[in-house]
Amino acid sequence: MARQGLFGSALVKKYWMALTGLFLITFLVVHAAINAMIFFNDGGITFNKWAHFMGTNLIIRTMEIVLFIGLIIHIVDGIMITRQNRAARPQNYVYARHNDNSRWYSRSMAILGILILLFLIVHLDNFWIKTRHIIGNLDAYGVDAAGQENLFARMQDVFTNPLLVVIYVLGCFSLFWHLLHGFKSAFQSLGLNHRKYNGFISAFGAAFSIVIPVLFASMPVAMYLGWVS
Amino acid sequence: MKLTLKIWRQAGPKAKGQMVDYPVDGISEDMSFLEMLDVLNDKLILEGQEPIAFDHDCREGICGACSLFIDGRPHGPGRHITTCQLHMRRFKDGDVIHVEPWRAKAFPVIKDLVVDRSAFDRIQQAGGFVSVNTNGNLVDANAIPVPKADADKAFDAATCIGCGACVAACPNSSAMLFVSAKVSQFALLPQGRAEAKERALNMVDQMDAEKFGNCSNIGACEIECPKDISLENIARLNREYLGAAVSKEEGPPVPFHKPKQA
Repeated sequence: MARQGLFGSALVKKYWMALTGLFLITFLVVHAAINAMIFFNDGGITFNKWAHFMGTNLIIRTMEIVLFIGLIIHIVDGIMITRQNRAARPQNYVYARHNDNSRWYSRSMAILGILILLFLIVHLDNFWIKTRHIIGNLDAYGVDAAGQENLFARMQDVFTNPLLVVIYVLGCFSLFWHLLHGFKSAFQSLGLNHRKYNGFISAFGAAFSIVIPVLFASMPVAMYLGWVS
Repeated sequence: MKLTLKIWRQAGPKAKGQMVDYPVDGISEDMSFLEMLDVLNDKLILEGQEPIAFDHDCREGICGACSLFIDGRPHGPGRHITTCQLHMRRFKDGDVIHVEPWRAKAFPVIKDLVVDRSAFDRIQQAGGFVSVNTNGNLVDANAIPVPKADADKAFDAATCIGCGACVAACPNSSAMLFVSAKVSQFALLPQGRAEAKERALNMVDQMDAEKFGNCSNIGACEIECPKDISLENIARLNREYLGAAVSKEEGPPVPFHKPKQA
């Protein structure tokens, strides 16, 4: 695209980060919406129905591959950016008051990203590799009242472990701060900065950053406390 | 006022630097920070010590020469000021104040607090010229209409004095605020559109070649900019560069159908 290639210039790396970030945000919406089906509190029948649809629909399955590619680009781009930023300041300040001119989470996107990735490894190990029958399967959980594969029971089982519940909630905190900077930052990186809309983008981004992680965090907590059964 | 200064001393570009403590006494709160350093240097010279090297020129906030990372921030505490506009009344008697040079690979230290900011000059040069007729057939200045709002934005961008506080403030040592101001001041005006694509591409290429970091929209630069250059300009540069990178044509025309024979 540009003269320096597809990942060459500082700006092209920004565009990739923004585009993949927004794409991953759309995934969060779908993932949170489907998982929220557990709150129908019907023994997981509605949730399992949707989980089955997501697991078998050809378009969704294809998008899962695109999703992993997007995630990998987001991570690799982030590593390249962080390495260059480190190299751009070989001698650090002896005394700096960064908090006087910027927010800590804006400066900590790489660390927050690593925390989210660590959470993701635990999360994929808990669910994804089993639902896709890559390592293990869900046979041990039998079927639900409607005769469907019982991912809901797997969730209940995983969230009897208080350590995992804590890891999931901490993962949601990392996601909250990552989104708080990332959401509006994606618009700025794509040049979408306008005096008329900046306020809305910022406010919507903040609301989104709260709603999605709170919704996600409420699931393991609700299951651990037995609010959903 | 009595103060303790912790100042970065470095004999030369290759030398290893370190923070050195200097007590100063008898400082008036009406002095600028640079005048305070003058007092310290006078004392050092009288004592036969090497005075502290620091950049300064106009001392009225318009040249961009004075730098200094003071008390953890570029140009010290306070907004929209350069170091010559920072007065000692901002500090209290007995304060300990750290003074460091701008820290960036692209701004190597020459001596003590003086850094080489010629990377900015090279980026500006890479931007090239604006086509303006100077052949004697003078065109009325108002012949090309420019909306007032655009003229104001272009002027705001053009107030950048190239001091480098944006790079110093940025945790990534990114020069995007500077480059975006220099791109915006022309991109907003019809006279600057002729070379707009080349300008955006060349200046960003040069910015990368100088090993500045990447912008991650942290926003410290616009807070510390003495001229209040807005992050709007960085968004404009993002648009200009994207448009230029996608649409700039290079090379000969590509045949619609490949010719069957030579």
